[in-house]
Amino acid sequence: MTRNSRVILSLVGVAALAAVPAFADTYRTNLASEILIFGVLALALDILVGYAGRPSLCHGAIFGTAAYTVIYWVSTGGSLWLGVILAVAAATVLAAVFAVLAVRTTGAYFLLLTLALGMIVWGVCLRWTSVTGGENGMRATLRPDYLTSPGAFYYMVLAIFILSAALMWRVVHSPFGLSLRGLRDSESRMRALGYAVPLQAFIGFVISGLFAGLAGVLFAMFNGFVSPSSVALSQSVSALLMVIIGGAGTLFGGLIGAGLITVVADRVSVVTDRWSLVLGLLFIATMMVAPDGILGFFRARAMTQGGLPDESAEQRRT
Amino acid sequence: MNRRQFVSMLAAASSTSLVSPNRAFAVPGGPIKVGLMAPLTGVAAGNGKEAVEGFNLYFAEKGKTIAGREIEILVEDDASNPNTALQKARRLVEESKADFLIGNVLANTGIAVAEYASTSGVPYFIPIIAADDLTQRKRIPNVIRVAGFAASQLSRPLADYAYKKRNFRKVVTIAQDYTFGHEQCGGFAQTFSQLGGEIPLQLWNPLNTADFGPYLAQIQALKPDAVFASELGADGNRFLKQWSAFGLKDSIALLGAVNLTDQAVIRTLGAEAEGVITSAHYAEGNDAPATKAFVETYLKAYDRLPSLMSFSFYSAAIWLAEAIKKVDGKVEDRPAFLKAVREVVLTDSPLGRPVHLDEYGNPIYDIFIREVKRRPDGRLWNVPIEVYPNVSQFGDVAPETYMKQPPYSRGFQGVKKS
Repeated sequence: MTRNSRVILSLVGVAALAAVPAFADTYRTNLASEILIFGVLALALDILVGYAGRPSLCHGAIFGTAAYTVIYWVSTGGSLWLGVILAVAAATVLAAVFAVLAVRTTGAYFLLLTLALGMIVWGVCLRWTSVTGGENGMRATLRPDYLTSPGAFYYMVLAIFILSAALMWRVVHSPFGLSLRGLRDSESRMRALGYAVPLQAFIGFVISGLFAGLAGVLFAMFNGFVSPSSVALSQSVSALLMVIIGGAGTLFGGLIGAGLITVVADRVSVVTDRWSLVLGLLFIATMMVAPDGILGFFRARAMTQGGLPDESAEQRRT
Repeated sequence: MNRRQFVSMLAAASSTSLVSPNRAFAVPGGPIKVGLMAPLTGVAAGNGKEAVEGFNLYFAEKGKTIAGREIEILVEDDASNPNTALQKARRLVEESKADFLIGNVLANTGIAVAEYASTSGVPYFIPIIAADDLTQRKRIPNVIRVAGFAASQLSRPLADYAYKKRNFRKVVTIAQDYTFGHEQCGGFAQTFSQLGGEIPLQLWNPLNTADFGPYLAQIQALKPDAVFASELGADGNRFLKQWSAFGLKDSIALLGAVNLTDQAVIRTLGAEAEGVITSAHYAEGNDAPATKAFVETYLKAYDRLPSLMSFSFYSAAIWLAEAIKKVDGKVEDRPAFLKAVREVVLTDSPLGRPVHLDEYGNPIYDIFIREVKRRPDGRLWNVPIEVYPNVSQFGDVAPETYMKQPPYSRGFQGVKKS
């Protein structure tokens, strides 16, 4: 497929996303905003999971820290946009601290270490009542007047999604991104080739944390509320599931995962209170039919049917 | 097909699936849509179920037509999670076109929905969400506690009762270590300390404490006149059992916040709960005709005595029905409807005493001091032994003065340091 047709198709995709508010009612527009916000989070997490080969269970905490920061800042009288910058910075710094502690591990150890780090953040949010509001959480109206309508807010989220997706795409396709993939496939070989493995992983973690923080800020603006459940393990797990179900190492799979989980949760809960059971079955089915996630599955099929091999798709099966 | 094609295709597909096939608009004269939210799954599922039961019972009894309009109750599960609660609130208002929202049980779910109510302007009624600040420092005009209470409001009269009527001078408090516990305990501790009582120790146990032994040992060592406990759910159940097993039941008086002897807790208990003193805006053992009738109906319908959840949601249903009658069914006129809700004086409800709202949207109650006693049929229930009339959420303090002090927390309990 040529570069030109890729550009055209991306534009079509963007145009389709841009048309959502024109066709959807306010509830569905809000739902689409939520999908894009979790999309940013899932894309960010995929840098670490799919490219650096390190599944993290602390991204909910990073995401939530940004949300807490911006809401705290605004509720104590600060301006929104400075709060946004501070919140993304706070998330990035937190990611850097976590990265220093965690990047030397891989696999199950990395998973458990990030789990523990995430739980610390959750514990702090729960207990530091004077700042975080404890169990009750915090609320503040963040959106300025021109962003109160669901349509306007959606377009802002969409713009930020496109921008961050483009940046993340650039990162994973840069020489640095390729070296991250090298880490995933064989750390010892990368070390032998002269790469500073921990540094590579550290940078990957921090970039991932930055975008997770950005998603957290959007989520705070979307809800105007944050509570310990936004930094809890379940938040991290749901982000990880979005990545895995969409296809780890495909970047845009994260958006598919976010969309699928959000839409299924929303529609199934209309029918039954046992909607989490349906989600669970969906995960199991996906893992059995398409262990590489939805996007990974279609990409593999496209390859076997004689389509041009897309970059990295074949490397993913290890 | 490569990735780009697929992504674009998916984007197109998802955007079409997001398009609503049928956009419903509220037609005046059609049914009044009530968005009822309760935790039907998650940690508070048991409470949520009783809340829905209480609310539905009213309409089952009185019929689903008020002021010529049908009442349609849309129930949504908030999953005991604030983010889910928010999403469900949006769906109820924006997709199902609910005219107003009512419900939620856990404070954080209520606060999340309150923020949505504040930006969208939808009337939101909270019979259980007790977080003090929702009708105090951070109040929202369209968020009203119909038949609800502020956490610290109910425990103040109990402190007065303990000091003046029972002559307790030294009380240890123990409460669950989260905001609701801090606030309930704060109301008691501040009042008791201002009266001149001594609070030598305040204990905070984490939610889901399995073993109260270490706390009870500390209490025993201090030999207080009484203990004030704010424990709800399974913690309350375990606390009462261990309190009795530890042998403290006969040596130290036990006072509690409303939830400690709620039906949800004492239903499964025996002698260990008898004699515990709590305070609340209702008592299922009250012999007022409306209370008696409600308790009998509820017992017949569900084979158990009604809990705080059932009382609150049933009374909230009466409250809203009164307001809907006042505006002649025109709930679409939000300012008029909210005004009507604020003006309702609940006279003949199971709560037993007339109730009206203060100007901050929180009810002013006659509060009962209650004691757990055994019914002739063997069930335990709370019987009123004393009444404190006209108790507002601010106690005896002027609202403006009151709101200058910080909200109750682990660090601030309003206790005078001696």
